[in-house]
Amino acid sequence: MNKNILLCGVGGQGIVLTSKLTASCAMQKGMQVMSAETIGMAQKGGSVFSFLRLGEGVYSPMFGKKQADIIIAFEPAEAVRMLPYLKDGGTVIVNTRPIMPVTAALKASDYNGTEMLDYLKKCTENLMTVDGDIICRKLGSPKVLNMVMLGEAIRSGVLPFTIDDAVEAMKKSVKPQFASLNEKALRHNF
Amino acid sequence: MHTEFLMGNAAIARGAAAAGLNVISGYPGTPSTEVLETTAKINNGSIYVEWSVNEKAALELGAGAAYCGARSMVTMKQVGLNVASDPLMSLAYIGVKGGMVIMVADDPGPISSQTEQDTRHFASFSKLPCFDPSSVQEAYDMIQEAFEFSEKYHTPVLFRPTTRVCHGYASIEVKDDDECVKNTPEGFVKDSSKWVIFPRLSYNAHIHIEKRNAELSDVFSEYSRNKILPAADSSCRKGIASHGISYTYVQEALSSKNAPKVLKVSTPFPFPEKLAVEFLSGLDEVLCIEELDPIIERELTYICGKYHLNTRILGKLTGNVKTAGENTCDSVADNIADFMEWEKKSSAELPAAPELPVRPPVLCAGCPHRASFYAVKQAMKGKKSVFCGDIGCYTLGNAMPLDMVDTCLCMGAGVNITQGIGKVEPDTSCFAFVGDSTFFASAITGAVNAVYNQADMTLVVLDNSTTAMTGHQPHPGTGRTMMGQVVDKVNIEAVLRGIGLKTVETVNPLELDKAVETVKRVAAEKGVKAIIFKSPCAVLIKPEKPYVIDSEKCIGCKKCINSLGCPGIIISDGKVMTDSSLCTGCGLCSQVCPVNAIGGECNE
Repeated sequence: MNKNILLCGVGGQGIVLTSKLTASCAMQKGMQVMSAETIGMAQKGGSVFSFLRLGEGVYSPMFGKKQADIIIAFEPAEAVRMLPYLKDGGTVIVNTRPIMPVTAALKASDYNGTEMLDYLKKCTENLMTVDGDIICRKLGSPKVLNMVMLGEAIRSGVLPFTIDDAVEAMKKSVKPQFASLNEKALRHNF
Repeated sequence: MHTEFLMGNAAIARGAAAAGLNVISGYPGTPSTEVLETTAKINNGSIYVEWSVNEKAALELGAGAAYCGARSMVTMKQVGLNVASDPLMSLAYIGVKGGMVIMVADDPGPISSQTEQDTRHFASFSKLPCFDPSSVQEAYDMIQEAFEFSEKYHTPVLFRPTTRVCHGYASIEVKDDDECVKNTPEGFVKDSSKWVIFPRLSYNAHIHIEKRNAELSDVFSEYSRNKILPAADSSCRKGIASHGISYTYVQEALSSKNAPKVLKVSTPFPFPEKLAVEFLSGLDEVLCIEELDPIIERELTYICGKYHLNTRILGKLTGNVKTAGENTCDSVADNIADFMEWEKKSSAELPAAPELPVRPPVLCAGCPHRASFYAVKQAMKGKKSVFCGDIGCYTLGNAMPLDMVDTCLCMGAGVNITQGIGKVEPDTSCFAFVGDSTFFASAITGAVNAVYNQADMTLVVLDNSTTAMTGHQPHPGTGRTMMGQVVDKVNIEAVLRGIGLKTVETVNPLELDKAVETVKRVAAEKGVKAIIFKSPCAVLIKPEKPYVIDSEKCIGCKKCINSLGCPGIIISDGKVMTDSSLCTGCGLCSQVCPVNAIGGECNE
């Protein structure tokens, strides 16, 4: 069972770490994993993406348009930017909180994410919106957004592993003092 | 053997270690940096690891180690090889005793480089064997083979991955510790007829190199990583030739039912000619899918002429593949569909998307470079000035609203470009901005040149005590080495005074008034003088409490936004605010605000 996963958002949201964690979950299940992501200049508040491919018979770490089973987007406009990669019938999970680019502040743009979310609703059959801000505030830390998003992605049923697998993989990768907060974030909706 | 999930660059480092690596040196540069960093991380003390001051120093050090029989690796990005090309060209004639791999990462796109140059050209130019891996697993395996070839043929070899291999990740098979090779260097054996380059030696070496490369072409035709994949239908008279990551895109585009014959070229130099002739036999047309330059395409075209083959070779030169930029799964699938005359997959297009916010790379919130640029801009307001930039985070000072980088060419170039402009336009105040790491890498000679040749310029060193752009590597000014030693720092001010500069002022750019005043004073002096803006990279220090904007006092003039462009200041519901998750409390905006509406926590 092959899965193409696309994570996207803005530099600093923890996308690369989520990608690594997803890869560990799949490897725990004995799956072959490949991934590719933006590194370098794009990190500084730029758009960040990570392609993940799970399963056999995969050659390239990146995939083409209309091949993602799921897009896990940490920011509405970034979901729209990467939407051409979504398979027909694929799932989009999007954090509804927009992040203003510096250029928007300079040009006094009115970007607030609403237009992006409307577009996603129009173009996607399987859309799950997550108010990451509110959930993180309840959990007590903005730093667990990535765990919240991964938890939601697992809840969608598209990923080939369970929330328990993710918790197990997370515990191996974070410092022990952060494990319980991260577990709460992963399980917040289970 | 066991399985691990590794980045391509980590796999290269692990493969080199498994091949008995003794010495690794390099200079940071995307996408090559993580090879040396990984080696330092996994080092149990058996490998000597250093960031050299630049690529030339790194390559010469690696050569010296290999002269002793050590297995050495040198890492750099493609433009770094330009800097190291002087020793490279000569070392090809001298050769080595221990295996030596020069790992040069190319950057199709380019994603974070000045050029789209193709290191495969450097291989044929320097006459050195070149290895071109197509995946993370292959990079791990091939780097070990590269060391063996190097040692067997007593020549340094080039190992040339591209960004998507360097920065791709895969779960791969790696050797257990007891499967790894250990290499004990014999030591340097004096022999001036071998290690001292002279015209006579070079003449003889040239004869030897040409003979060896002809032999290597045959050897590489048998090398298992160069291969022909048979066509699904043996009557098909079309073929595809590819390499590197593009080869995986080709595999993605083909299926076991429709695939034409495929040639994978893993050693672009010496080209596996016999294998290529075998591939071409029975084919009417071949499409070459390459990134960067059409090297396989030219080789195949040459071979067709040499062997009187009636095969049409298509690719970049014939307009069948785009000449610049990265290939993708989609672009390659399209190229192949056109070539094979397959119907292209058509599916419903998405409706036009709303206008997407642009997110260009910017200086971080709290970055001291922003303050430095702003100080110079304020000091030189209304005066005819030119601002030559250089390579590093501070190239981003070109963006609006700072707009303080008028030129950028290559490492260390700004110091000399500014002198050239000054000679032609003596009435212009000339500034060269250079980072601390770049200063050590390649700006010192420029400063000497300026003093000797009576330039009139201000050298501005943006000293944030790290090599920030590539991920915070230490350098001679930081007092830390990759072997974990704490050493004497090389002092930039002392270096400049030693060269003969009379005025060298060090100032904290975040003290805006003082910084502006210093620039005004120093810029007014004649001759070569320097300002060192010293303040650590904002990413490396614990941020201060975020500043807040008093909405009662704020008059909404947006001077803070329009003059600084800091990502830590945003507009929300029409109000100017700081973003507490980004603001580092550097305080620059509070010094710009005309109504003192921005303050630290104590002003809340």
